[in-house]
Amino acid sequence: MNTEHITRQLNYEVVTGLIPTEARVLDLGCGDGTLFSKLINEKKITGVGIEINQDEVIKALDKGVAVIQGDIDEGLKQFPDAGFDYAILNQTLQAVEKPDLVVDEMLRVANKAIVSFPNFAYWKVRFYLFFKGKMPKSHALPYEWYNTPNIHLMTVNDFFEFCKKRNIKILKSAYLTRNKIRSGLLIKTITNFFTEEAIFVISK
Amino acid sequence: MNAEKILTETKFYELEDEILLEGGKVLKNVEIAYETYGNLNKNKDNAILVCHALTADAHAAGYHSLEDKKPGWWDAMIGPNKALDTNKYFVISSNVLGGCKGTTGPCSINPETKTPWGHDFPVITIEDMVKVQKKLVDFFGIKKLIVIGGSMGGMQAIEWSIKYPDIVKTTIVIASTARLSAQAIAFNAVARNAIIQDKYFNGGNYYDNCNTPDYGLAIARMIGHITYLCEEAMHSKFGRDFKAAPSFDFGVDFQVESYLEYQGRIFVDRFDANSYLYITKALDYYDPITKFGTLENAFRQSDSRFLIISFDSDWLFTSEQSKELVNALIKAGRDVSYVELKSPCGHDAFLIEYENQTKIIKSFLKKDSPKTNIA
Repeated sequence: MNTEHITRQLNYEVVTGLIPTEARVLDLGCGDGTLFSKLINEKKITGVGIEINQDEVIKALDKGVAVIQGDIDEGLKQFPDAGFDYAILNQTLQAVEKPDLVVDEMLRVANKAIVSFPNFAYWKVRFYLFFKGKMPKSHALPYEWYNTPNIHLMTVNDFFEFCKKRNIKILKSAYLTRNKIRSGLLIKTITNFFTEEAIFVISK
Repeated sequence: MNAEKILTETKFYELEDEILLEGGKVLKNVEIAYETYGNLNKNKDNAILVCHALTADAHAAGYHSLEDKKPGWWDAMIGPNKALDTNKYFVISSNVLGGCKGTTGPCSINPETKTPWGHDFPVITIEDMVKVQKKLVDFFGIKKLIVIGGSMGGMQAIEWSIKYPDIVKTTIVIASTARLSAQAIAFNAVARNAIIQDKYFNGGNYYDNCNTPDYGLAIARMIGHITYLCEEAMHSKFGRDFKAAPSFDFGVDFQVESYLEYQGRIFVDRFDANSYLYITKALDYYDPITKFGTLENAFRQSDSRFLIISFDSDWLFTSEQSKELVNALIKAGRDVSYVELKSPCGHDAFLIEYENQTKIIKSFLKKDSPKTNIA
């Protein structure tokens, strides 16, 4: 089992822990449906996933997940207000075209949203840029600058500011580093420094 | 491919009840041509109804005789371990009302006059086709049904889900729409004109004549084939290739002309011009959006899960139209999955691209896996 796999597993464990039983869930960018099928099995959730890639959609269907092939950046207009308990955007916020609009839409179609993203202020990322003078690469950020889907990289502090400006409440948070979870440190600066991936539950 | 040919046969079921049509008229002695594959289980809940497109028939799978070169029109999808797995499911395919392949249509004998109906046959709708299919499904005593169809078959599947929510729990709509675009209606209108203007058409009463409206029907089919392909498919199939040297007259010069001419020619041997008129009219009329106010309201009647499949190069039944179905289903709170498959084959893709369709449909149907043993 490689480190990336461990982190992904951990992410799924944390997100699953945040979702109440029998919730109605919209999973944006659901990939091959691994998280969604885990939620179906462990939390008896209902709902639907959205995924842009045809092959991933087919894999998700094979896991028994209801999935709609589509582009999150085209909006969630087809979904009525508050039709879901939770909208999930897992490890994808940094890759959408308009993160602000996507978050607004998530909080329109669902009462609560779960977003997670790699923290660009993680000390290893900072050191990478500082010492190598190159765009940081890590197992959370495995791409080259020219082929990365991560077009809106941000930090934990950026996200706090983003929520504050838009009157979004942060209900719960989890900070992941390698295979450890922290539920927030007293000093935000330190959290920002030591977190590799952040997961938030937010609402309006 | 299976080494041995699975033999199938078309059977007939005559309805005892008369059918009250959407248009207000009543049809008596309706006969349905159908085929079945696999076995119905004890609970009668493992049935799949396959609805066919404009010009197909009940013969969807297997071979009618060992000498047959071609199997049924969707044989790649129906059979043991195929997308519609006959080891698990009881698959029914029937010819539509108004057709010319065994089910009552304009070429059938009018029981009152003892002559072919011709244009005395009442105009029928997609709703009427489904109503007739329901009689067949009831004849088998089926309790739970999966309905699947491509193109016009998809419209029938939509209608089934709306009209019979008690038994339809799973609906698969492929390369279809809730209602035709103006463009698609326009093509049908030209096709009908070609038939009606044929000098042998004779107001639709040509069955006893030596000459039938073959040219008109062939042109109608040629138009159809243009709409079933796409620019890319035509380019890769034919390009600008000539059959031989340019003729410098108005004969068939290009490969694409030759293809259309051939398709038109072989079509008249297997299809009836009147059926083409009636069925295209049914296609044009179908519109649950106008009937229910919104598509969302229409789907509120249903109690089914849905799988919608479209093909990116299909410009006759577009992905946009499929997305309208998906969006309405979401608004109606229905469980829906949607896949837009990449294909260079245009509208015809639903008959050709069976590998991805098989993966998708098999995966989607996992939830429906019938629990009881086959009787």
